[in-house]
Amino acid sequence: MALDSSKTTGFKYVGTRPNRPDGLDKVTGRAKFGADAYAPGMLHAAIKRSPHAHARIVKIDTSKALAMEGVKAVVTRADFATGLEGEFGDILENVMAGEKALYDGHAVAAVAATSALIARDAIKAIEVEYEILPHVTDVDAAMQAGAPVIRADAADASVPEGLHPNVVRYYESGHGDVEAGFAEADLVVEDHFLTEATHQGYIEPHACLGTLGSDGKGELWCCTQGHWYVQKVCAACLGLETSQLRVTASEIGGGFGGKTTVFIEPVALALSRKANRPVKLVMTRSEVFRASGPTSSTSMDVKIGMKKDGTITAAQGTFRLQGGAFPGAPCEMTAMCAFAPYDLKHVHQVGYDVMSNRPKQAAYRAPGSPMAAFAVESVIDELCGQLGLDPIDTRLKNASREGTRASFGPTWPRIGLVETLEAVKAHPHYAAPLKKGQGRGISCGFWFNHGGETAVSLALSEDGSAQVAVGTPDIGGSRASMALMAAEVLGIPYEDIRVTIADTATLGYNEISHGSRVTYASGLATIKAAESAVQKLCARAAAKWGIPEDAVYWEDGYAKPSGPNAGDFEPLHIDEITATMGATGGPICGHFEATPEGAGVSFAAHIVDAEVDPETGKTSVVRYTVVQDAGKAIHPTYVEGQFQGGAAQGIGWALNEEYIYGADGRLQNAGFLDYRIPVASDLPMIDTVIVEVPNPGHPFGVRGVGETSICPPLAAIANAVSNAVGVRMRQLPMRPSRVLEALESAADG
Amino acid sequence: MVDVALWSGLRPLVGGRDSVAVEGGTVGEILDALRRNYPALVPTLDAGVSVVVDGRVIASSLTEPVKPDSEVVLMMRLKGG
Repeated sequence: MALDSSKTTGFKYVGTRPNRPDGLDKVTGRAKFGADAYAPGMLHAAIKRSPHAHARIVKIDTSKALAMEGVKAVVTRADFATGLEGEFGDILENVMAGEKALYDGHAVAAVAATSALIARDAIKAIEVEYEILPHVTDVDAAMQAGAPVIRADAADASVPEGLHPNVVRYYESGHGDVEAGFAEADLVVEDHFLTEATHQGYIEPHACLGTLGSDGKGELWCCTQGHWYVQKVCAACLGLETSQLRVTASEIGGGFGGKTTVFIEPVALALSRKANRPVKLVMTRSEVFRASGPTSSTSMDVKIGMKKDGTITAAQGTFRLQGGAFPGAPCEMTAMCAFAPYDLKHVHQVGYDVMSNRPKQAAYRAPGSPMAAFAVESVIDELCGQLGLDPIDTRLKNASREGTRASFGPTWPRIGLVETLEAVKAHPHYAAPLKKGQGRGISCGFWFNHGGETAVSLALSEDGSAQVAVGTPDIGGSRASMALMAAEVLGIPYEDIRVTIADTATLGYNEISHGSRVTYASGLATIKAAESAVQKLCARAAAKWGIPEDAVYWEDGYAKPSGPNAGDFEPLHIDEITATMGATGGPICGHFEATPEGAGVSFAAHIVDAEVDPETGKTSVVRYTVVQDAGKAIHPTYVEGQFQGGAAQGIGWALNEEYIYGADGRLQNAGFLDYRIPVASDLPMIDTVIVEVPNPGHPFGVRGVGETSICPPLAAIANAVSNAVGVRMRQLPMRPSRVLEALESAADG
Repeated sequence: MVDVALWSGLRPLVGGRDSVAVEGGTVGEILDALRRNYPALVPTLDAGVSVVVDGRVIASSLTEPVKPDSEVVLMMRLKGG
């Protein structure tokens, strides 16, 4: 009996493109998102936020708000747990300020009232006395001597002596001798690059409905990428026993990393505990911008040496990441991803995590990697241009491949960068002629991908259909992918499988849907759970036939005797076995709980054609092609969607999106009218090519696909614009005014 | 003994070496040995690291086996979006 379903070819269901199971609910409005939950007696909450970038909280007077008709509870930091340190301490400090407001929009108090209107009026009645402190919002300024200290003693042991207290983590890695490598080069290019903070731009604001009684038992409904993590954080912030809080994840209107942490849920629960009523809390769009988690802004220096034949002789990068008012900017990820596509004898990378008076940064698809690619791939483009080299041939010449040493240390296992670059070279886009005024840009990108704690349960019904419970919120069509993988193992149609996202009371701990881990890890767990059920199905058939269990195998939905020696029995279909399962041993289920550690890294390469209007400076992306190694595309349509989504978000990041802070430290553009994300008319059709170099760590070869697609766009678009206008673009976003400035400076010579 | 390669930011904590040799047959045993033999690494290890064993990034599982001739590289813990 074959219990191992591992294969990379010969699939019946995997690789097909059925409709998504949640599609009808979403197009008819039946799907329930974070703000769609209601409860009897429910109150509405609003949060009082600091208007100052940095201020000591001298006094909070809530008496006038509490006296208002309809107001049922007010909370401040005094209503939360004390003594928290580390990660949970930082989250609580971000959820509700303690002694200081650390950024414009930092929560200082909250109200629950009988209507949202009363709650919003009540927070105006809360009087807060502030002592305004000096602030800093720029990463380079925050590192300078004399810069205001955001939080003393926040730095960890990695930070060398002598750096400003706002530098809270430091990372350095590499090998070889970069100075010797630069001496071997025919050309060395060194440049400075800047990127601004951007927001994930998810459509759905953070929203939740919390109920918490004085007995310490609670229920929470929220939109999140990881409800077990929310459970853990809320329990810590409120001093609860973790298992007494049941958390259910709603449908999610986009996350992209921004919903991997907690902003409002402990507030709703604290208000509920105080008011003894359910409390609903929904962020406004302005609050999402001011007080959720954008990306880091960056200041970067990259230096690369190259021989005339295109060989890279050495590479060095310094990456300074502004992470807001708390430690955690992914400086090490930026540094590790920066030169990952290249086989380098001499390489050195340094990362700085720098605090400022901005909201705490959060993950955004491949956190830290896109900015690194912008700097590194821009310098490689400049080198290729000056040396007259083909940008793909040059990247192929230096490409990381199995057996070469990664820039961050280990030896690469089987990876698909070479196949990806060869697919770019073979694509018609790469050879297509450009019109006057257009430029073409190329970039590589890299992301690690991840496994993580995962639990899946599969149960068969009497009619032979199956229900699969997974614990990873579906942020990209994963219910379809899980159903396809279960169908492949069970040998039953995709439509006969229903996949649900279980709540925290139903399954073991599941790590957040992040790190492009869901199709890999929950997929692996689904396959293993299905194999476990198949083993039981075979055992029931063996018992019916009176032969050993290992004389039965499973094929295409049937239990079959394994050969003439096993006996001559008519194969039993799954529904013949499940129809009598209650009388032959009981329900048939499969489970799998583990921390899969075989995630496969992935590489992408993008081709972009851009056209710049020399009078206005406006850039139009006229053609875009994404090529990426997926390992194995379980549902190719959703893989292509991930590729296109990464490119679309990258176009916004490259051309228009930015957090703009005034001299007063206040965010100037906290809304979609002033924070310009791409709309359909800004985008070309984004072509995709799926490369499949199987990951040996997954039964079907899956690598993650959700994040790598946002790594190349910033650089590919910047290279396209630079080649269109003849000026190297070193700062994002390349908004029209900035492009005009570049054109004017070039004209001035 | 297993050679454990360190990122260069850690080298000042182990006398400037780019790798150290410790006893251990699993990721957990190797991390325990690093804690015992090189106390200066403890804050970093406690903050969270990934361990790359023969090209596989082990993010959290302490029970993953390590052979004496395995390539073992310490890496900052991965985070994703």
